Amino acid sequence: MALAVEVANVVRCFGSVRALDGVSLDVEAGEFFGLLGPNGAGKTTLISIIAGLTRADSGTARVLGNDVVADYRKTRRALGVVPQELVFDPFFTVRETLTIQSGYFGIRDNGPWIDEILHHLDLVSKANANMRSLSGGMKRRVLVGQALVHKPPVIVLDEPTAGVDVELRQSLWKFIRKLNRDGHTIILTTHYLEEAEALCGRIAMLKAGKVVALDTKQNLLSRFAGLTVRLVAERVPAAWQPRVLRQDAGIFFIGLDRYGDLEALLAALRSEGIAIDELALQEADLEDVFLKIMSASGPSARMQEAVR
Amino acid sequence: MKPIAGAGWLTLLYKEMLRFWKVSFQTILAPVLTALLYLLIFSHVLETHVSVFGGKVSYTAFLVPGLVMMSVLQNAFANTSSSLMQSKMNGNLIFILLPPLSPLELFAAYVLGAMVRGLVVGVGVFVVTLFFAPSLLVLPHPVWALAFALLGSAILGTLGLVAAIWAEKFDQISAFQNFVVVPLTFLSGVFYSIHSLPPFWQALSRFNPFFYMIDGFRFGFFGLSDVSPSTSLAIVAGCALLLSLLTLALLRSGWKLRN
Repeated sequence: MALAVEVANVVRCFGSVRALDGVSLDVEAGEFFGLLGPNGAGKTTLISIIAGLTRADSGTARVLGNDVVADYRKTRRALGVVPQELVFDPFFTVRETLTIQSGYFGIRDNGPWIDEILHHLDLVSKANANMRSLSGGMKRRVLVGQALVHKPPVIVLDEPTAGVDVELRQSLWKFIRKLNRDGHTIILTTHYLEEAEALCGRIAMLKAGKVVALDTKQNLLSRFAGLTVRLVAERVPAAWQPRVLRQDAGIFFIGLDRYGDLEALLAALRSEGIAIDELALQEADLEDVFLKIMSASGPSARMQEAVR
Repeated sequence: MKPIAGAGWLTLLYKEMLRFWKVSFQTILAPVLTALLYLLIFSHVLETHVSVFGGKVSYTAFLVPGLVMMSVLQNAFANTSSSLMQSKMNGNLIFILLPPLSPLELFAAYVLGAMVRGLVVGVGVFVVTLFFAPSLLVLPHPVWALAFALLGSAILGTLGLVAAIWAEKFDQISAFQNFVVVPLTFLSGVFYSIHSLPPFWQALSRFNPFFYMIDGFRFGFFGLSDVSPSTSLAIVAGCALLLSLLTLALLRSGWKLRN
């Protein structure tokens, strides 16, 4: 299958800051791909290069096999981008905005699809309202609609749910999931890690312009996070003391690398005659992974291993 | 949903026209009123004091084409500069940068939009000022007048585009307008024939491209001009071509827009 997006050794500097420092990653067609990283990691710069909003100092970016600079007409037609900033044109209504955006892509008579977009984004009642009169959440929906007018095979969402209420977030994700099922490739950057965890199949983590992790969600979770045991007991066997992540009035949180470690822990408890009042296993979430990777000062050997 | 070739830039042109049409009080009626005020005041004060083209043309009649052209030029500049600048400041320029529009298409849509605005205002000014100089209704050389109006509005529309690409705040746009566009138009012979100037200022006026636009445009109305209309046309067309090529190169490089 053709790659939806290929980024190879992309470098982009702003003054002395290397916003992107040799980024390479591939997104396969049909994937739901997550791009995570703290503020200033280079996520938006990377998206801007793919979308042709800015140019790389070196390296290449391709969309559906076409170079974003040399074949910009093909790549821009293939991409739908929801920008991070809440921007709008105050001169127009919602329907005018969507009709004009369709026209920019050379599409006339886009009424039926625009109606469908309005329906899915719950904007039908606002179709003839001026953009200025909309709330922030509504404006965000229009931005999503604008990215979809030309039915792009690859959809890039840059923090689409920032400042959006829970209800819209749910309906938005339902719509995006449907698009993904229908064959659209989705690339998502988000600050809400639970969102990435719920939606994305594969995830790249950026830090200071470098890819520090790139793997499937499952691999990242099992590779980096391990398990946490929540133990309520009088004390913890001495040998296990270093593994205690935190403790709170007789509740100990103990880190395990794998399920097999649980047996060793139980054996240690038994041999020291410590009674177990309560014991629960907690799976790590993406947030733990994210914090672990980001808190490392640089790409450690373990992270290098993840970057394949 | 097959994309239609050429529909993209036509949509941008349509959007540019819709934009000024939606605020036509400010973009069309206001400049028409301003030109009318100029005419009332200047013709009232100067009609009996100023002789132009050796007395063959009344000052009020002389003033009308000057004011029409000045309005065309200033509004063409205002359209591109304010449209692009607002888009840059509001961030909605992204809606134009994301679609597959080529630099030439962007250029053509913006500049044609500016030309339409300039010409609409110009026609408006002409219509209201006709009450004061009805004899102007029949132009001896309408094609000349049209050629200069088209080229002049194209040049100013392009200048507005360059100014808005370059500027980082509205202040810089208004500086460009107030310190470049307005002086060049006012000193181009809108209100006077350059033959009434001292030799030094006459010579200096010949370095002002706006002078040729207005002088050539006025030829269309009277068959009289300070320099030959073919010379003016060559100079104005040369300026338009040069400026267009420069602007296209800027757009191709992505300077300040795609960085």
